[in-house]
Amino acid sequence: MMGEEFVALSLTPMLIGTLAAIACALPGNFLLLRRQALIGDAISHVVLPGIVVAFLITGVIAAVPMMLGAASAAVVAVVMIEAIRRLGRIEPGAAMGVTFTAMFAGGVLLLEQSDTSAVHLDVEHALFGNLESLIWLDATGWASLLDVEALAYLPVELPRLLIVLSVVVLFIWVFWRPLKLSTFDESFAQSMGIRTGPLGFALVIVAALAAVAAFDAVGSIIVIAMFICPPAAARLMTNHLGTQVAWSVLFATLSAVIGYVLAGYGPLWLGADNAVSAAGMIAAVSGAILALTAIVGPHRSRSGAPAEE
Amino acid sequence: MTAIELATSNGTLMDDHGADAALAIRSMTVSYGQKPAVFSVDMTVPRGSMTAIIGPNGAGKSTLLKAALGVIKPLAGSATVFGQPVENARARIAYVPQRASVDWDFPTRVLDVVLMGLYRELGLLGRLRGTHKTRAMECLERVDMQDFAKRQIGQLSGGQQQRVFLARALAQNADLYFLDEPFSGVDAATEKAIINVLQGLRADGKTVVAVHHDLSTVPDYFDRVFLINTTRVAEGTVEEAFTPQTLQEAYGGRLAMGQLGQTALGT
Ligand SMILES: Nc1ncnc2c1ncn2[C@@H]1O[C@H](COP(=O)(O)OP(=O)(O)OP(=O)(O)O)[C@@H](O)[C@H]1O
Ligand SMILES: [Mg+2]
Repeated sequence: MMGEEFVALSLTPMLIGTLAAIACALPGNFLLLRRQALIGDAISHVVLPGIVVAFLITGVIAAVPMMLGAASAAVVAVVMIEAIRRLGRIEPGAAMGVTFTAMFAGGVLLLEQSDTSAVHLDVEHALFGNLESLIWLDATGWASLLDVEALAYLPVELPRLLIVLSVVVLFIWVFWRPLKLSTFDESFAQSMGIRTGPLGFALVIVAALAAVAAFDAVGSIIVIAMFICPPAAARLMTNHLGTQVAWSVLFATLSAVIGYVLAGYGPLWLGADNAVSAAGMIAAVSGAILALTAIVGPHRSRSGAPAEE
Repeated sequence: MTAIELATSNGTLMDDHGADAALAIRSMTVSYGQKPAVFSVDMTVPRGSMTAIIGPNGAGKSTLLKAALGVIKPLAGSATVFGQPVENARARIAYVPQRASVDWDFPTRVLDVVLMGLYRELGLLGRLRGTHKTRAMECLERVDMQDFAKRQIGQLSGGQQQRVFLARALAQNADLYFLDEPFSGVDAATEKAIINVLQGLRADGKTVVAVHHDLSTVPDYFDRVFLINTTRVAEGTVEEAFTPQTLQEAYGGRLAMGQLGQTALGT
């Protein structure tokens, strides 16, 4: 029946896409409110030199060194952004712009200078990831979910993203109050003894972790879209932070599931032969959700300034 | 009533090191870049007093408050609150930042903002109970904002936002209140409401320090002044320190002489 094919071919990519989307959307809520939303963009650009350097050192394309390289590049970028912002007294947007263009350019140069043509390391992979290939061939149907032997052959991206998502959720849950306080009113938070500097830094590190894990599985298009679109759409649905975060999780999930289905079956329904990129479609759906909420969202007409002055 | 008199007379008779003062700042220098924003400032705020910090724009008033609160690290100097380093006295301090310093578009409601004042009590994961909400509502009632508890903060007028900030500071239930321009951009009714709350605090023996811009109301609202223009210009009771000479010195040529004479001597 349908079940067999679905579990083997569609279930895991859909789940991985959903986990990646949620892991990015959650910290995205705070980054958006802190006007740091572009940091997701920045991170997904800077991981390129990290991955290339990891390849140059190890000489193989393997998940673990790539992840490590990407993660250290992200950390280097975060430190660089903070340093430029503080030492140069430049606004955060400009500091990020300088950092991520410089590092991305460095990555491209490295890629050109080194012999990576033999291996699968190209711009397309970096952008779109490889969601469709994350299938679970050992599955024979829904019953495989209870079959230890089959479970052992789940794509590694699935448990990896599950762990990363747990870290993200735990961080936001434990530090919910100080995160909210310091995002809304930093000097008040400091006056209460909250160390806003390290906390903001930790938030960016957690976001970087989510971005790198998601980048590896689904490519940078989804990462960039998920940091911004679900939280921005959620903001238009409510005036309450907790509710906003809940909406953003729902929107991220909808984007991943609807996007994956549309990419796989949409073109066939329209009579075309080939499926389109799932990553691209997921990002497009998240953009469509944002557009929809911008038109019909209940809290879209907010005034930043007080009504009368 | 005796308690209040004690507190004030304690303050006036306090020793030179300020160990007994609500706030004692010693040789404080703060700098953002090359030029110091606050230079070698000493300040002593007696317990139970109500002090206006006065000076022109960019004089370092907000900076001085932030340094006293431990929000900014000074280049040199120290601040003690009730004889202790600020880090050990945070539970006794409440702070109302300049209203323009926050994002009023933030997705939160009036009551949530007031509850932020309870963070030190609640901690990271402490349960928010009904009693906390009741207390926050009481603070909103003290500033006459109880009907707005569920409003999104961006949908308030400037005066209402200022009252919410004050309510949050009240929720902190502190002994020393720092307010940065609590009267800026508010109408006469709100100004009256705020000053009533502040004078009520003082009557309870609390200490109030506020950055204030309207020279004409200084003698009515405050009992002490601190004049600053990067360095300390004058400090003391309104009679001692709020004179045409000290104002001229603090503001330089920026105030007309006639205006100075009027505000400092008149009313
Ligand atoms: N975050 C900052 N970075 C760099 N310089 C700053 C910063 N904050 C204040 N300054 C500078 O420090 C000086 C003192 O600023 P401060 O805000 O303390 O003045 P103020 O007396 O509160 O002024 P106002 O009456 O306008 O509120 C000013 O010259 C200001 O430009
Ligand atoms: Mg100021």
